[in-house]
Amino acid sequence: MKKPFPLLLFALPALIVFVAFFCLPMAKLLAISIAGKDGASVYWTVLSSQRYLHSLLVTVLLSAAVTLATLVIAGITGTFLERNAVPGKALLVAMLTFPLAFPGVVIGFMVIMLGGRNGLLAMAGDWLAGERWTFAYGLTGLFVGYLYFSIPRVILTVMAAVAKLDASLEEAARSLGAGRWRVVRDVMLPALMPAMISSGAICFATSMGAFGTAFTLATQLDVLPLTIYNEFTNYANFGMAAALSVLLGTVTWALLALARWFSGDAVAATA
Amino acid sequence: MMHSRRRGGAYWLQLALALLVCLFMVVPVVLSVLAGLTNNIFIGVASGLTTRWLAEVWSLYRNTIFLSLGIALACLACTLALGVPAAYYMALRRGRVTRLIEELLMLPVAVPGLATALGLILLYGGWQAFRTSWVFILVGHVLFTLPFMVRSVLAIMSAIDIRTLEDAAASLGATRVQRFFTVVLPNCRQGILAGALMVVTLSVGEFNLTWMLHTPTTQTLPVGLADSYASMRLEIGSAYTIVFFFMIIPLLVLMQAASALGARARRHRPPADDAVAESLAGADPLPASEARHA
Repeated sequence: MKKPFPLLLFALPALIVFVAFFCLPMAKLLAISIAGKDGASVYWTVLSSQRYLHSLLVTVLLSAAVTLATLVIAGITGTFLERNAVPGKALLVAMLTFPLAFPGVVIGFMVIMLGGRNGLLAMAGDWLAGERWTFAYGLTGLFVGYLYFSIPRVILTVMAAVAKLDASLEEAARSLGAGRWRVVRDVMLPALMPAMISSGAICFATSMGAFGTAFTLATQLDVLPLTIYNEFTNYANFGMAAALSVLLGTVTWALLALARWFSGDAVAATA
Repeated sequence: MMHSRRRGGAYWLQLALALLVCLFMVVPVVLSVLAGLTNNIFIGVASGLTTRWLAEVWSLYRNTIFLSLGIALACLACTLALGVPAAYYMALRRGRVTRLIEELLMLPVAVPGLATALGLILLYGGWQAFRTSWVFILVGHVLFTLPFMVRSVLAIMSAIDIRTLEDAAASLGATRVQRFFTVVLPNCRQGILAGALMVVTLSVGEFNLTWMLHTPTTQTLPVGLADSYASMRLEIGSAYTIVFFFMIIPLLVLMQAASALGARARRHRPPADDAVAESLAGADPLPASEARHA
């Protein structure tokens, strides 16, 4: 009999490509980040310097605000759409999920369409008050843009989770005299929690690393991805850019891993 | 469960919110389509509709369209060649090592594209021939899309219980390679199709990695979009966005159809089978909602 073809050979090509083009570049990134005159304390520099700390804080706070707003909006809308026979529901869901495939640049442009110099709001302002209102080119624009890409993702997850809820538990709670809010708070929310946590984590991590949206709206905004980009291209400060990238990558990865561990692997991919 | 019998104020409030969210999603799309077809956006639709901006986009940026399509197809070929065999390995060897490999392969999706791209540039940027070719972009796209192919194929392999099929074929004397091509691949068509559509869609729209990896001669469609938003008149950017919509809409429709097909196939399986598949699975397809590079 011929020697059997080892199973590992099937996975080998993918592993080689992965090591060569992901593991080694990441190792290089780490090496360059600590190759400067500060050595490994470059990470301390990041956390103690006014500028980088500010950028980090803005990014974290913005992402947290977006996550919170998205969970509330998408939670209510997703539950509503899953539970009620709304006319034209398929169309509504299609409209809500179509933007899933938009890259960050296009999302940035969508925000410009709403709140840019010639956007919807500017035209409305022109007509109502004679001045062109804009919000696209600052943190508000980023908030709206991040909301735009987060809502579809979370709505899909919420709808899938609500479909799996055991409605008889709610009936039972109601028959025991619980009001609408108590049913939501004590029965539905706990059951939806894993889905909320995992999609919230995805939403937060996406917002932390969102480069395309921010890049389209304003390259001078003080959020981490743009800070990294500017360090790299404008100041050629490779060490700092690498350190910030490592930091950003670690934070987003850890967050997602934590959420997955917390909510169980299966939930993360129910949509 | 439908609670439509009693429609109180809460119902209408929630409906209003749902409609508002839909408007928020759709209005900018409609506005940009209109802007791309309007003679002069500063005057408004009253200035008349035109296709001249689309023509202008075609003459300015048509290379980016072809490059994006080419890279997406090359990326598909790579993820098929790398991902399907890898998924086969993982489906047969479920253990701690496999878990680790799976977790590793997911990293390029979890780590922001900017970081991955910086690493690639810092390590390989000095190799000019590689740096300036479109293959450099392809590498980034393959890293980012590979997990989607692997997870999609792995999910179907777990669901159809590929091990039993494998064992049956092996007991009839089929070699490993024969089994892979004649038993495993035909049975995984659905997962491969779903993964393929996802890979192409993601590759066509990828920006974060691509912006860092591109050179002036290797501009993809999203890179061209960023360029037109920054330096062209609003109508051209909008018309270019219409072109992008036209490219992804068919992909999204196909993806929807493929997943409906998959759902129907799953419904036709006996329930007992399902329970076994669930317990064996441990793998879910990676949904589009997890593509987290915005």
